[in-house]
This record gives sequence, C-alpha cells and structure tokens, in this order.
Amino acid sequence: MNISDTGFDFSLNRVAAMVRRYWYLLRSSWPRILDLIYWPTVQMLMWGFLQLYVAQNAGFFAQAGGVFIGSVLLWDILFRGQLGFSVSFLEEMWSRNLGNIMISPLRPVEFIAALMIMSVVRLAIGMVPVSLLAIAFFGFNLWSLGLALAAFFGNLILTSWAIGIFVAGLLLRNGMGAEGMAWTIMFLFLPLTCVYYPVTVLPHWLQYVAWSLPPTYVFEGMRALLIDHVFRADLMVQALGLNVLLFAAASFAFLKLLASARVQGSLLQTGE
Amino acid sequence: MDAQNRSAIAVDALVKRYKAITAVDGISFRLGAGSITGLLGGNGAGKTTTIAMIMGLVAPTSGTVTVLGAQMPKQRYKVLHRMNFESPYVDMPMRLTVRQNLSVFAQLYAVPDIGERIANLAATLDLTEFLDRPTGKLSAGQKTRVALAKALLNRPEVLLLDEPTASLDPDTADWVRGRLEDYRRAHNATVLLASHNMNEVERLCERVIIMKKGRIEDDDTPDRLLARYGRETLEEVFLDVARGRGHQREAVP
Repeated sequence: MNISDTGFDFSLNRVAAMVRRYWYLLRSSWPRILDLIYWPTVQMLMWGFLQLYVAQNAGFFAQAGGVFIGSVLLWDILFRGQLGFSVSFLEEMWSRNLGNIMISPLRPVEFIAALMIMSVVRLAIGMVPVSLLAIAFFGFNLWSLGLALAAFFGNLILTSWAIGIFVAGLLLRNGMGAEGMAWTIMFLFLPLTCVYYPVTVLPHWLQYVAWSLPPTYVFEGMRALLIDHVFRADLMVQALGLNVLLFAAASFAFLKLLASARVQGSLLQTGE
Repeated sequence: MDAQNRSAIAVDALVKRYKAITAVDGISFRLGAGSITGLLGGNGAGKTTTIAMIMGLVAPTSGTVTVLGAQMPKQRYKVLHRMNFESPYVDMPMRLTVRQNLSVFAQLYAVPDIGERIANLAATLDLTEFLDRPTGKLSAGQKTRVALAKALLNRPEVLLLDEPTASLDPDTADWVRGRLEDYRRAHNATVLLASHNMNEVERLCERVIIMKKGRIEDDDTPDRLLARYGRETLEEVFLDVARGRGHQREAVP
C-alpha cells in the first residue's frame, strides 16, 4: 500500500484550500470580525480598571503592575485560540458542508492544520488591537515581554489546539448536540489553571490537578516575570512536555471519534 | 483481474445495523464502468445508507464495498479524488460566492486550470451570471446546478447522486437530467442515482435496483422490470414492490 492510500500524507495545497474557504467566510461578514474583537476588549478594560483601583489601595498590587491585564490577555489566547479552532469547524456543520468535506480527498490531518491556522488568524484579528489598547489605556505592553511572550503564546496555543481537536471529534461523533462543549469546555480550565491567582491558593489536593494542566505553568511563569522579574524557563519546558502529551491524546481521541462517527453514520446527519 | 476489480462499484453481502435497526440487510450488486443505475426505494429503504457506504462516509457492519478497486472506507484515499457526490442532504457554504465555493473544492481535488474548469462548467450548467453571487442568494434550482458543478469539478469516474433533482421544477429537472446524460456519455462515468422520481430513473437509467427495508427486491433493466410486473410505468412497478404485490403476472392468475 502506498502512503497516499492510508490518509497519512499531507498536501499544503489542500490545507491552503481550506484556509481560503474560512478566510472568504470571515471577510464576508463584519459581525464575525467584530465578534473577534469586542469581548477581549471588554475583558481587558474591565480587568485593567480593576487593577488600577486595587493598585491605588494595596502596595503589593502597585508593584505587580499589569498582572491582571497580563492574565486576561493570556487567558484570551487560550480561550480564543480554542474557540477560533472550534468555530471554524462548527461553520462546516452550520452550513451542512461536512459531507462534502468528508468525501473530498482532504485528510483529517490537513483539516486540523487548516483549523489551527485559522485559530491563529482569528486570534490575531482579536488580540493585536486589544494588546495595543492595553498600551494606550494602562501602559501595559504585552509585546515588551519578548521571548517570554513567545514561550507563553506557544504553550497556550498548543493547549487550545489540543482541546479544539478533542471538541471537533466530539462534534463529529455526536453532532450539534455537542456544540455547547465548544463554547464552554475551556471554562473548566479557568479555575484549575490559576489564571488570576497563584497555585498555592488552591487546596493541596487540587494543586496536583492544576500542575497536570499545561496553562498553569504559563500563568505561574507570567506572575514570576511580572512580579519577581524572573523568566522561569523550567516552567515553560514542563508545560511543553505536558502539551505534547495532551496534543497526542487529543489527536488519538479525534481519530477514534471519527472512526466511531463512521460506524454510527453521523457524518451525513450532523444535526442534533 | 477478478470481477470485483473489473466493476467500478462492487457491493458484496453488505450489512449496516444501527443498534436494533438494520438499515441495509445483506445486499450485493456490481456496476460496470460507464453504466448508469437507478437505486429505487421508499423512505427508509436503505438507499442513502448504501450510497454513504459506497462513499466511505459510513462503515459497514459486515460485507464489503469496492470502488475502482479500493475497499471502502479503509482505502478511500486511493479513490476519493476519482469520485464525487451530490445530495440535498449537504449544502455548500451560503456566504461564499459560487466561484469561491467551486474554487475551494477544485483546489481540494487538485483540479488543473481551476479558472478555466469553473468557466467551462458554469457555461455548461448555465451558471456564468451567478458565479460572483453568494450561494445562499440563489434559487433552489440554481443551487442544485451549483451542487452539480461541484460534483463534476474533478471529472469523476464514479458519480453518486442522491435525489439530484429533488425540489426542482419539471423543466429544470429535465434540463439537469440532460446535462447528466451528456457528462456520462462524454466521460464514460459510472453513475449511481438514488431517486424517488420514476420518470427520471426511466429516462436515465439502463438498470434499476429496487430496495425495500434494506434488501434488494428486484434488479433489472427498466424494460424487463415493466414486462415482468406487467406494468406500463416504473411508478406502477415501484408501487407493486412497495405494497408487497410481487410480480403482477404471478400475483394475478
């Protein structure tokens, strides 16, 4: 058997076709573009003003300038990264196009690659203007974090893709009945990955759960950088290791759910 | 080369069960290259499930499906670029223009000279004036023609059509049938057509497979079916099968 028969080969041309399809959709609809920007902006402004208020009343927070805004911006990378991936996938189901896609020569790995690219595109549309507004309103420059930002971003986007891949598998297997998961699954990570507070705040037993999730290392690393002015490369390496495991597990689950969808006949019937 | 490999489509002892429901119950047939076959049956007869298994979208419970020598769904990537499909159960993205939709699918199927191919298909299917219109703004007939254009983009050797003229007015439906006939003749394509429209099947198909409750009830040329049931139209034959009347000549002494 030739490798192209197995579905494991990879065509950049097919990935480009899918990216083009999502780009056409995005640019054809201004509400879709507005949706990418407005909520991150609201979040950043709310947490930024809260931080200003707290900083005027507590010496510690005055020293730890930007922690809340940094947290909300990094959280948005994680949340919006997954949402960007999942919404692009949902577009196929909403438009009843999944059957056409699944009988085309597009391989699952190419489909996933296109969704990853679109998650970064959607994230950039939302986050770049918001990060610039954070400079204008609060003097917090996310970009000044430099290499640390690259490490934070890399780890967070890997986690968001892994969760997005898993949700896509659930949608293939269970149809639109699983749509709610696409919107809410990441909120499970909000308390557990300690976005706005250190891990030590959690009960001892829950700290083990927190340290099993890659984003926890990123948020701890961000606090170390902004409060103690230390870049914890060790945390980033541990996050990367966990991300590799999470990504592999999500990809395996996706392929299993896709195979199950073929058995259940849910690839043509993508309703509830 | 064995018979399975010589046939464009070979279905053997195919079964599909969903828990307690048997959607397809041990059917077998072979379609030669360049043939056009109608798959007839009432709602729930198993036509769509059969077509979905031929495309590799649904995995059989048991039995085998071979398309152009590749076993489905396991070896689907060997042949998906040589097949295509049209169905009212799938749509194309509504916000994209017709040209955008067709060009995306053309790229997925690695169609050479995409612009030229789209222009030719648009001319053949009378879509040229709609190419830059959002697909969602088209009428049902225009959307069907766009779906047909998508199905023909890669010049498929195997074309699977599920109710290709559903919801079309008689004139448009007849026109679409004409284009399908032209395509099959020009490319020697193998066409399997699931339909409720007996006129369509009578006009297009050289062979008719009638399904009922997941099984093949009859399988022959339209002329021989009419003769065997002693009927003048396929619709009457279909009603005989659907209502369990069997062959007219056997049922009426």
